[in-house]
Amino acid sequence: MRVEFLSGNEAVAKAALDAGLKFYAGYPITPSSEIMHYLARELPKNGGMFIQSEDELAAINMVVGAALAGVKSMTATSGPGFSLMQEGLGYAVMVEAPIVIVNVMRAGPGTGQATKAAQGDVMQARWGRHGDQVVVVLAPSSPQEAYDLTVKAFEIAWGLRVPVVVLSDEFVGHGREVVEMPDKVKEPEPGWGSEDYSKPPFGSDDPRKPPPLPPLGEGYDLLITGSTHDEWGYRDVHSFETHFKLVKRLKEKVLGNIEKVFMYEYFGDDEADILIVAYGSMSRPARTAVRRLQAVGFSVGLLRLKTLWPMNYDALRSYVKDARVVIVPELNLGQVVYDVRIVASNDTVVVPINKVGGGVPIYACEIVEKAQKVWGEVLEEALQP
Amino acid sequence: MRCLRKHFSRKYLREEVLPTPFCPGCFNGVVMNAMFKAFEELGVERLKGYVFVSGIGCSSWIPSPHIKADTIHTLHGRAVAVATGVKLAKPNLNVIVIGGDGDLAAIGFNHLVHAARRNMDLLVILVNNLVYGMTRGQASPTTPEGMRTVTTPYGAYEPVMDVAELIARTNANYVARWCVANFNQLKNSIKEALSKHSRGFRFIEVIAPCITYVVRYEGKTPGQKIKELMKVCRSNTETPYGRIGILKAENKPGYLDRYFEYVRKATEGGKGE
Repeated sequence: MRVEFLSGNEAVAKAALDAGLKFYAGYPITPSSEIMHYLARELPKNGGMFIQSEDELAAINMVVGAALAGVKSMTATSGPGFSLMQEGLGYAVMVEAPIVIVNVMRAGPGTGQATKAAQGDVMQARWGRHGDQVVVVLAPSSPQEAYDLTVKAFEIAWGLRVPVVVLSDEFVGHGREVVEMPDKVKEPEPGWGSEDYSKPPFGSDDPRKPPPLPPLGEGYDLLITGSTHDEWGYRDVHSFETHFKLVKRLKEKVLGNIEKVFMYEYFGDDEADILIVAYGSMSRPARTAVRRLQAVGFSVGLLRLKTLWPMNYDALRSYVKDARVVIVPELNLGQVVYDVRIVASNDTVVVPINKVGGGVPIYACEIVEKAQKVWGEVLEEALQP
Repeated sequence: MRCLRKHFSRKYLREEVLPTPFCPGCFNGVVMNAMFKAFEELGVERLKGYVFVSGIGCSSWIPSPHIKADTIHTLHGRAVAVATGVKLAKPNLNVIVIGGDGDLAAIGFNHLVHAARRNMDLLVILVNNLVYGMTRGQASPTTPEGMRTVTTPYGAYEPVMDVAELIARTNANYVARWCVANFNQLKNSIKEALSKHSRGFRFIEVIAPCITYVVRYEGKTPGQKIKELMKVCRSNTETPYGRIGILKAENKPGYLDRYFEYVRKATEGGKGE
């Protein structure tokens, strides 16, 4: 066990190295640059390749190229750079390139506030590309979790041949805490997909099993294209069957493994009256709020989402159904609150708490006050004749 | 039976995808032929260890799906970036990019010029057909002034971009420009870029006017056009398409040479910033 005092960004970089990162391409952008700085220092000494690309478009496409060549690769960026990477991310979905993208969220849109935390890129991470596709989105809430979830991101990316977005934010990225790291990251569990290179590289009988990815240069004559293709990679830009089969498989590949991909943590009373649903840095004041509300006798719990996409609506519903009031604090104008509304019944009161900009968090006292106020209103309404 | 003998280039092709989708008379065939002749003369029997990367456009379909090797068909303009990733991840692979003027000189020029600046160990073949052929012949950065296209219906008025000269001004090792009438020179250039000058950034521009949207607009047949190009490009070095010939041939250390030197320093020196 190694114990170090790390920022979230350093923890991401360390985790990537521990998970076997051998290629990093990136473009400087606040507040993600420390990831790049760390890897610029460490990758060349550890048998890896580091390149500062000319822009984010190049960064993501270089990373895709390296991943297709069979090398663990990653890039990190923030809001505007993440927007530029969307096209490449969609391409990675189509060619099933196992890449990891870290987005350390800052306040947007546009250039916004480069040094201030926000959680406004949730919907973009989920839906930013054109066409039907699913990527995996993980949201760490602390440097420790930034380490753990980055290791997990590589496992999922290579297990499912799917891009994984680590959606960190400025508070997590620049916050500094003690991080415990294992001496050696354990090998990812096998059995996600096939390693049999005689099988088609873009097709699979069982949609939940991703096809094998033979490395370049070994004589497999791989035919890789971002256009619609059949299971051997031959381009087919006309037929309905080929396209429908392909996009459906790409979706089912991830959704069929949702049990492995969807991670969350519950903290507080069982079947709580007041439920707080939070993620990333804002799950920390939410946890404090739970303790304070418990101390004054409320039945309250926190559902902390580590995976933001694909969303396991059954799991979410199983917690929301018992609650009378659900509070969703987010550093944006309301994004994950829509997921809660989807699963909430008409009797459940869904209360978003939204704030963004200036590096101002949602304080625990704000959540406590809101909970007490809304609970009072609910009781009052229930007592009316 | 001589007539039944297989054409030599078939061993480099995925025969199941033939014939190609190119227009009859398309000069892409000349570029393909020159490339395959170069491989043949270099004694390459099977293209194992070669990776072909292309973007979007007619010439990007030369490698994908036709060439029997590892081929990556990328997004519009991003071929050089993907190729850079492949080369850096697996330095022992030979990575070749084939693209058009829209792909490499317009949407992807940033990647092209920076790969050249880095002297990235890639061979880039620019098939300059003077228009966007795949999307119905819109004007490109290399469209000659005065030419009418669907996006310049009254004649192109933007000055032309001389891609080979621009790349020659960077740190690239090898830059050449030929037109399709210079078949042997083109083949020899590709050979040189894969043997004598096999490191650093190598860039070969091929003037291959689009049969459908340039040659037909000029009221010529492919045969007439190639005769004209023979006259223009075989006897002159100064042509309406720019300087023809080998513009630059050096053997400076490539990106990887420099990177490995940098790594050696890093591991010896230790600390870093």
